[in-house]
Amino acid sequence: MSFMQINDLKVYYPIRGGFFNTVVDQVTAVDGISLEFEKGKAYGLVGESGCGKSTTGKSIIGLEKITSGSIVYEGQNVTHNRRGRGSSYNRDIQMIFQDAHSSLNPRKRVQDIIAEPIRNFLNLSPDEEKRRINELLAIVGMNEDAKLKYPHEFSGGQKQRIGIARAIACNPKLIIADEPVSALDLSVQAQVLNFMKDIQQEFGLSYLFISHDLGVVKHMCDHISIMYKGRFVESGNRQDIYTNPQHIYTKRLLSAIPDVNPVGREERKKERIEVEANYTANHKNYYDENGKVFDLKKLSTTHFVAMSAHEKGGI
Amino acid sequence: MNSTEQLLSINNLHTGFRIKDTYFDAVDGVSISLKRNEILAVVGESGCGKSTLATSIIGLHDHNKTRVEGEIIYKGINLAKLDEEKFNKIRGEEIGMIFQDPLSALNPLMRIGDQIEEGLAFHTKMSKEQREKRVFELLDQVGISNPKRIAKQFPHQLSGGMRQRVIIAIAISCKPNIIIADEPTTALDVTIQAQILDLLKDLQAETGAGIVLITHDLGVVAEVADRVAVMYAGQIIEEASVEELFANPLHPYTRSLFNSIPQMNSENEKLQVIQGIVPSLTNLPRTGCRFSARIPWISEGMHEENPTMHEVSPGHLVRCTCWQHFHFESEEGGITR
Repeated sequence: MSFMQINDLKVYYPIRGGFFNTVVDQVTAVDGISLEFEKGKAYGLVGESGCGKSTTGKSIIGLEKITSGSIVYEGQNVTHNRRGRGSSYNRDIQMIFQDAHSSLNPRKRVQDIIAEPIRNFLNLSPDEEKRRINELLAIVGMNEDAKLKYPHEFSGGQKQRIGIARAIACNPKLIIADEPVSALDLSVQAQVLNFMKDIQQEFGLSYLFISHDLGVVKHMCDHISIMYKGRFVESGNRQDIYTNPQHIYTKRLLSAIPDVNPVGREERKKERIEVEANYTANHKNYYDENGKVFDLKKLSTTHFVAMSAHEKGGI
Repeated sequence: MNSTEQLLSINNLHTGFRIKDTYFDAVDGVSISLKRNEILAVVGESGCGKSTLATSIIGLHDHNKTRVEGEIIYKGINLAKLDEEKFNKIRGEEIGMIFQDPLSALNPLMRIGDQIEEGLAFHTKMSKEQREKRVFELLDQVGISNPKRIAKQFPHQLSGGMRQRVIIAIAISCKPNIIIADEPTTALDVTIQAQILDLLKDLQAETGAGIVLITHDLGVVAEVADRVAVMYAGQIIEEASVEELFANPLHPYTRSLFNSIPQMNSENEKLQVIQGIVPSLTNLPRTGCRFSARIPWISEGMHEENPTMHEVSPGHLVRCTCWQHFHFESEEGGITR
C-alpha cells in the first residue's frame, strides 16, 4: 500500500513582461506527473538537465509553489499545507541536497545543524537532544568530536553525511535526494550510496532519488521514471527500463551511457549513431505539435510508457 | 607523418604551489609521453593533480606562486622553462586546450565568431575574409548546423553542448598538434556527452593530433582512450593501454576504483569503498607507497620503500610492489602469499 500519492502535479513558472508586468507566458517545468510511494522502496527520477526533475522534488517538499494537482499523504490532502509547522508531512518528508557544502550553514557547528530539525519537531530535553545527536553521528559513521566542528572542516563525503544525518534526525518516511552523489568522487560516492542503502533497510525509508546518472539510479532504485520536458516518457521497474525500453527517448538516453569496457566500443559507437539518427527521424511521432509528451499507457502492472502519435489517434 | 611519432614527452615533472613560503608538489615526479594520433587519458579523483598536470603542459600557472620543475619536451623545446613571450606562440597554435566549464571559458561580451577568430588573428596571417571563412568552416566541422547565424550570437544564447562545441572549435582553430581536454564533458548531459566524445574522436582521426584527456569518469575513458594513466596523490600509479587496463587492472587503487562503479555491480550488492580520504596537499606522505594508508590490512613489508614504476608486461607499468600481495579487505585471509 502506498502511503503517499502525487496526482497530476503541475508547476508552471510565469514569464512576466509588458507595461504592467503582467503574465505574458509560462514555463511548464512540471506538466502533469503522478507518483505513488510505498514504504521501503526507492524511486528514481532520471532526465537531462532542465527536464524538471529537481523542480518535482522541490515542489513535493514545498520549496516550490504547485500550480495544480494534489499531494495526498496518509489519506490527507496536504497540497497547501506542506510547510506547516504542525503538519506531520513537514516532518516526515526530508531532503538531501546536491551540494552538501552550500546546504550547511557555515556559521553553525555540526551539532546545531543536526539539532535543528530535532528542535523544530521533537521537543526533547537538552540531554535527550545530545544523546540523539550522538546517535545520529554514530549512524552516519562519524566521530563524536565532529559535533563541535564547522562544516568547512570536513571533506565532501563527510559533509554529505552530515546532510544525511540532518535529514534522518526525525525518522522521516520519505527522503528526497536531489543528485546526492553527483558532486562526489567515485570512491566517496560508493561510501554514500552504501550508507544510504543501509539506512534504508534499517529504518524502512523510501527515497525519491533524483539523478542524471543512470548507473547510480540502477544501483539504488526499484522503480524508475524517465522524465522529458516536465512529463514522464516511461516508468517501470529496473528490468522494464534497462532491458525492455519502449520509448524512443529512453532508448536514446540508454545508448548514450558510456560502458566501462573498452571492448566493443566501435560497435557501440555505431549503434549510438544509429539510435540518434532514428531519434532525429522519428521523434516527431512521439511528441505532439508543441513537443509535449503524450499520456502514459499501461504495458504491464509495473511498466508504463508514453503513447506515440498513432496510438493517440493519428495526429 | 609517422603515426608513432613522439609528440610530447614529460620527464620527472614537479609542479608545486606555494603555501606560506613552502612549495608543495601537486604533481610529484610525473613521466609520460604522448604520441601522434593517440588519446591519452589521465584518470584520478579530485585533488590527485591531473588538472595541474594539464595546466603545467600548457603553461597556465602563475609563476609567482607555482614552481614547475622537470622537462616537458615538445619539438625539442622544454616548455617548463620557456618564457611567456615564446610560450604565447605555442599556446593555441601548437597546443590547444578544451576547458571543463564552457560558459566560464567563453567571454560573455564577445560574439562567438569573434572569439574563434581571435586565435586565428594572433597566430596566422590570414586576411579578415579568410578568417571569417575559416570560422564558418570550424563551426561546421564541430557539427553546428547553422554556422553563419551562430557566429553572430553570444555565449548565453547557446546550450551547454553548443558552447562546448564552440570551445572545441577554438581549440582546433589553428590545427594544433596537441589538444589538452580537461574534463570536457563533465558539465554536460549524457546524450550530449556521447556526441562530444564522438566528435573529439572524429576530429582526432582527421587531424592526427594527440589528445591528453583529463577525466574522472572511467566510462568516458573506456569509450575513447587509447592509453590510460591512473594518478593518485600527484603520481602516476599505473599506466597501460586501455584494453589492458580494463581487462587486467593491477594496482590496488585502480582495482578499488573499478569496484566502486555502480553499474558494474549487480544491483543489490555493496559497492567497494576505499577507506580513508585522499590526503591533502600539505600532509601528503612524501616517502613510501602513497596508497598504503588506505589499505592498512596489507602489511608494511609488502610495499617498496621508494616505489618506482615496474613494467609488468610490455606497455603496462605499475608503481610499487604491493599489487602482488593485494587482496580486498573482504577477502581477508583468503589469499596468503
